[in-house]
Amino acid sequence: MDLFQYDFMIRALVGALIIGLTAPALGIYLVQRRLSLIGDGIGHVALTGVGVGLLLQQSPVLTAVIVSVVGAIGVELVRERGRTSGDLALALLFYGGIAGGVVLVGLSDSNSGNLVQYLFGSLITTTRADVIVIAVLGVAVLVAMLALRPALFAVCNDEEYAKVSGLPVRTLNLLLAVTTAVTVTIAMRTVGLLLVSALMVVPVAAAQQVTRGFRTTMAVAMLIGVVAAAAGVTVSGEVDTPPGATIVILAIAVFLAITVGSTVWRVVRQRMNLDGNHQHAEPSDVVLQAGAR
Amino acid sequence: MSVVAVRHGAVTYGGRHVLRDVSFEVATGQVVAILGANGSGKSTLVRTILGLVPLAGGEIDLFGTPRARFRTWARIGYVPQRIGAGSGVPATVGEVVASGRLARRGIFRPARAADRDAVRAALEDVGLLDRINDPVTTLSGGQQQRTLIARALAGRPDLLVLDEPTAGVDAASQEAFAAVLGRFAERGGTILLVAHELGPLEPLIDKAVVVHDGRIAYEGRVPEPAGHHAAPGHDHVHPHAEPERPAICVAPTDRLPAN
Repeated sequence: MDLFQYDFMIRALVGALIIGLTAPALGIYLVQRRLSLIGDGIGHVALTGVGVGLLLQQSPVLTAVIVSVVGAIGVELVRERGRTSGDLALALLFYGGIAGGVVLVGLSDSNSGNLVQYLFGSLITTTRADVIVIAVLGVAVLVAMLALRPALFAVCNDEEYAKVSGLPVRTLNLLLAVTTAVTVTIAMRTVGLLLVSALMVVPVAAAQQVTRGFRTTMAVAMLIGVVAAAAGVTVSGEVDTPPGATIVILAIAVFLAITVGSTVWRVVRQRMNLDGNHQHAEPSDVVLQAGAR
Repeated sequence: MSVVAVRHGAVTYGGRHVLRDVSFEVATGQVVAILGANGSGKSTLVRTILGLVPLAGGEIDLFGTPRARFRTWARIGYVPQRIGAGSGVPATVGEVVASGRLARRGIFRPARAADRDAVRAALEDVGLLDRINDPVTTLSGGQQQRTLIARALAGRPDLLVLDEPTAGVDAASQEAFAAVLGRFAERGGTILLVAHELGPLEPLIDKAVVVHDGRIAYEGRVPEPAGHHAAPGHDHVHPHAEPERPAICVAPTDRLPAN
């Protein structure tokens, strides 16, 4: 049986592949600055945007983009101030977002099955217009994340140093906030608002088990993301499971496989060094001294 | 011409005066050390000069330009106390040092051969070129500090600003530090550093500025250590029983680790 003879499967696959590349490319910066859960929060806020769209009978993707961008900028402004009350402000924003969304969707004519599609993604809901929006916005986010990598790396790695370097730190932070909101929204059709954050974080977590540098971590994370997305959509179509959850479970499986694999590899290599020749102990000493010069 | 000029600088934090009426200058080619106890305001002073802390009163000029209008940040190389948050995402020594080129090349232009050469030269200078592809987390504390110096040097600055560069750094790295700073000063570079103990850096210092309780208590040659402070290898954990010379004496807590 060839699933991809259906147009909706092609559309779902294209959407998932773009998200699979884009989400980790953005997520690596969020992980680096310890904001791994921010995508989840923005997803909550985006639901209010979906509710507004359904209520006004406008495109939910469009209204979700607008509402989540506003929410993300608000989050960034709270973070920038660095107040301890910021934590509570974020909680209020996120729960307000999801509660508002549920109420607004309830007020609109659409049924509750519709809500579940936005929360967890669906293969059959991606329209032709959605694919175009996903492709245009996804490529824009991807280009920004790749082209501005040195600057974004500097800001996420050491914000004060970036300021003293004269970088436009605030603009770059707002760019990250806006692109997070955009990525969450374009992922909502396939992966769903509650699971998109996983696709930003899990591939990065998996990649960094085996990588040594930032650039390689980014490349490996994007590879894991796109493979998990492609495999997830295929499996989801074959065995009729929700696509978002399937993609995320596959990504987590990759994470576990890499973690176990790299641990076993380290242990084996240690054993081989111990069993083999003992002269390895000497060079490591020399390296230490050379390093301490 | 003065590289840094602070006139009647004041900083308040939550209604508390952290710095009041602070005035001093750093001349071109000078090596100036700001000394003082923890909480004296010495770190706040350099952070204010760099624009990381807002000025509540007074004026600061950088290279003869009022700080608010100063744009040539590439002329300043900042070395913070410790490596950034350093989350789980790995970064190589080379990647961290390459950040130091951004002030020169801007955020849109990709790295060129000149940028890569500057990164390698800076790492060579601090003796870490052989670690360029290693994750920074595999380096010792002293080596991480030297990475941060290399990052600042990679931008080829005219002024180096260092916040407690030798705090918690092993003796070998402290010597390496002093050598790097010495070479920078020989090339005509200006250095402003914060410290509570100079150690091997002492011979480099042209002028010491001692901050006490938010004011400048002393400005001039490096003060001679007195009493227990003169003993080699002493650590300031003892309470100071008798009042020593207030300009030099530091509070008993100043040897507590920063974190």
